Amino acid sequence: MLCDICGKAEATVHLTEIVDEQMTELHLCDECARKKSIEMEQQFGLSDLLAGLVDLGKQAEGQNADKTKCSNCGLSYGDFKKIGRLGCSQCYDTFSKYLAPLLRKIHGASVHTGKTPASFPVSEPVATKKNKVKKILKPAEEELLELKEKLQIAITQENFEEAALLRDKIKELEKKIK
Amino acid sequence: MKLDDLLSNVGEWLRGTGANSNIVMSSRIRLARNLPDIAFPHWAKKEQELMVIKKAKQAIEATPLLRDSLFIDLADLETVDKQFLVERHLMSREHAMRSNSKAVCITPNEVISIMVNEEDHLRIQVMKSGFDLDDVWKITNCLDDDISKVVPFAFSKNWGYLTACPTNTGTGMRGSVMLHLPALVMTRQINRVLEAIAKLSFTTRGLYGEGTQATGNFFQISNQVSLGHTEEEIIGNIKGVIKQIIEQEENARQNLLSHHRNMLEDRIWRSYGILKNSRIITSQETVELLSMVRLGLDLQIIKDIQIFLINELFILTQPAHLQKIEGKRLTPQERDTKRADLLREKLNKEKKSK
Repeated sequence: MLCDICGKAEATVHLTEIVDEQMTELHLCDECARKKSIEMEQQFGLSDLLAGLVDLGKQAEGQNADKTKCSNCGLSYGDFKKIGRLGCSQCYDTFSKYLAPLLRKIHGASVHTGKTPASFPVSEPVATKKNKVKKILKPAEEELLELKEKLQIAITQENFEEAALLRDKIKELEKKIK
Repeated sequence: MKLDDLLSNVGEWLRGTGANSNIVMSSRIRLARNLPDIAFPHWAKKEQELMVIKKAKQAIEATPLLRDSLFIDLADLETVDKQFLVERHLMSREHAMRSNSKAVCITPNEVISIMVNEEDHLRIQVMKSGFDLDDVWKITNCLDDDISKVVPFAFSKNWGYLTACPTNTGTGMRGSVMLHLPALVMTRQINRVLEAIAKLSFTTRGLYGEGTQATGNFFQISNQVSLGHTEEEIIGNIKGVIKQIIEQEENARQNLLSHHRNMLEDRIWRSYGILKNSRIITSQETVELLSMVRLGLDLQIIKDIQIFLINELFILTQPAHLQKIEGKRLTPQERDTKRADLLREKLNKEKKSK
């Protein structure tokens, strides 16, 4: 059998594509298959899918969000949207307000209920991280961040009453800070 | 132990033993684990990757379950050796494609393998023959505990184990079961079954994992969701779904036997005949025909061979295995001839010894 694309070389790769519920079969030679696979990766990379989900959750802050960088590994939120992978464990802290709605979309839940590593000291590391944040941020700013996080969760849970309350609180607090 | 020692054996998961082994080839669990604060492999600098390898090595040496295991730096392997490990399901194709600062650890019975610096710092895999996710989880859990005593894992109280890709966050666990479903394919019910499980957030893959097409009527079914459920709940969900699929496949097999016995026997005996007599055969055709013989064995249409031999042949006839057996590089055409030779030798020898 000859390759469906170039019609010259022997077909060695057999590909089934489903587009709009229509199934088509392609028989390709090595060379054309390689080209095709690069094309396909560009079309439907997991990162694109993830990036799509991310965008659904975040429109307002757009550009600014993309520039937020993890201080530990240097990955920016824009990088994450491009490659679909985080840079290190601290990225989860850095991008927590964007990740919370994303995780909820992927898993339908946002709280871990499974096992805890034997070596994990109960609640201590969480406390030290909080302290770090406090040093950098003024208490009001920290509260604002927390409220925005809660708002994001309320929106994804379609809990609009709570979302409205949170929105008002945020507005009030923002006025105070200014 | 050396890499080539693996060739004279086959992994535990091919033994064809364990519950429902007529339909379930193997049960597997993998955990994604990372070290805190060190960049994930795709984002890491070389010295960070090397540090991860060093720490992984320390943990492996201190873990009783990994005593006598083989630790391989992928940079030391030829392409054919990497392919060989992929064919044995001891590492992923993605891991084989990039070999700088990557490693894999394998126990002699091939039940446990650990990929270092794949998508996550550690990918811990436990795989056994038959339908036994509970036992596989017991081993995995113990292994995970032991390793975490030596290297701390990145973990958040809220989000659980932190992984490079947010699709693995939480338990970091993927449980999967490899099913052989020839009767559901033949009776054209398979798409209905696969559609139904997709709706329940399970994914289906082919024999060689992500991105591979189902060949030889093998389907690998695994959980998609890793956050918000305990490991036991996830395993319970997979078991529930798999039990139903097993039942459907059993029914389809009985259905074929009672309504189309003649057609079924013809297909099975023809498949067996080609395998025992061909002079040139591709790996694709081999897998399809072995699949029919495997069905014939379960339905006692063929009685003179062991399921173990058929399971083994699925792996031995793969390209890298043929080249390892021959001890040299073979062109695809040469492989097709060698593959036919190997099949004739193994299948006809078995018959004489009976």
